[in-house]
Amino acid sequence: MAAKPKLWYFHGRGRMESIRWLLAAAGVEFEEEFLETREQYEKLQKDGRLLFGQVPLVEIDGMELTQTRAILSYLAAKYNLHGKDPKETVRIDMYADGTLDLMLMVALAAFKPLEEKEESLALVVKKAKTRYFPVFEKILKDHGEDFLVGNKFSWADIQLLEAILMVEELDASVLCDFPLLKEFKTRISNIPTIKKFLQPGSQRKPPPDNHYVEVVRNVLQL
Amino acid sequence: MAGKPILHYFNGRGRMECIRWLLAAAGVEFEEKFIEKPEGLDKLKNDGSLMFQQVPMAEIDGMKLVQTRAILNYIAAKHNLYGKDMKERALIDMYSEGVADLGEMIMHLPLCPPAEKDAKLTLIREKTTNRYLPAFENVLKSHGQDYLVGNKLSRADIHLVELLYYVEELDPSLLASFPLLKALKARVSNLPAVKKFLQPGSQRKPPTDEKKIEEARRAFKF
Repeated sequence: MAAKPKLWYFHGRGRMESIRWLLAAAGVEFEEEFLETREQYEKLQKDGRLLFGQVPLVEIDGMELTQTRAILSYLAAKYNLHGKDPKETVRIDMYADGTLDLMLMVALAAFKPLEEKEESLALVVKKAKTRYFPVFEKILKDHGEDFLVGNKFSWADIQLLEAILMVEELDASVLCDFPLLKEFKTRISNIPTIKKFLQPGSQRKPPPDNHYVEVVRNVLQL
Repeated sequence: MAGKPILHYFNGRGRMECIRWLLAAAGVEFEEKFIEKPEGLDKLKNDGSLMFQQVPMAEIDGMKLVQTRAILNYIAAKHNLYGKDMKERALIDMYSEGVADLGEMIMHLPLCPPAEKDAKLTLIREKTTNRYLPAFENVLKSHGQDYLVGNKLSRADIHLVELLYYVEELDPSLLASFPLLKALKARVSNLPAVKKFLQPGSQRKPPTDEKKIEEARRAFKF
């Protein structure tokens, strides 16, 4: 039986969180090694396990995969969450890439000086309300189906839920003009694997705090 | 028979150039509609042609695709430049993402405020020499094959060779200690479709002119 995937990252969301979500949603158990010291990081580099000297790193199926999107694509395909044909796959990619961009803005904001950070986060909320969420609301309205693509649960749905929850942490009212997204949020949150991941004690990570930023800065010598 | 893909973007490299390279290398003829004024961009937005109000946008196979990566993934899969299985695809994605990361730094250099430019350039040189080029040189060294993945031309080779041209434009000496990369560059450049694309008069775009970028910045407000 195959070993569980092993995730190497800091003890926080950052660029690894979407990977955790995807694995959890697919019902895949995974292990985590948390980077807390510079020495651990240097060892990973010295051992040649980080192709471009960076994390996230996911050990899976005998491979040492880095680059967030490469990892996400592999997992999506492996767990049948990437559409049934190229036209479905490209739609999933378009939606997932859009939401990932939005979530990375949040992840990067944590490392900015306070004023810039607040500006960045306000921009995220604005983009969510004016650029991203209207698109997804319309997609759901136009086809009237439960999931974004092909009437089937996919990576795009997982990313959208993750993004909705992340933006709601910044502005609890963000879905007020998007009734279908509200229903979507409830529906996807109730999928058993996701429901489990949303409960306390799961491997889901909290929003970045000062301690997290300090550890990352220290390990990466930023 | 399907029409040629139509690419909507500014008349410059930006985020569309890697798509032009990939189509060209795949031997696919394509048309371009250049956005020259803000009105052109507004029209596309108002038509509902741009899912997230952004370009690149590629009209292909009856779809209006946005998000650079989604477009590249679709083209690569369609033209058999994406490996023979999921594991090859993961490697190709990992390498392509690394290329994109360095490519992004180089792409943004002309947009850098003059005071920050020197520091940015130093950083790019450092990453090129110590992180990215060694990684790819080592991949080629490790298997001794002509191409990065599966002993067959893939999108990873095309993206990397495109990047090597940009590195060379920045400073030819940066490629000096990477014989296998030089060989890959020569090999891929000699493929008939790529050779044609490298000739004057092709749809390949020239280096970003600083004056032009300033004008575009003012016109499109970015």
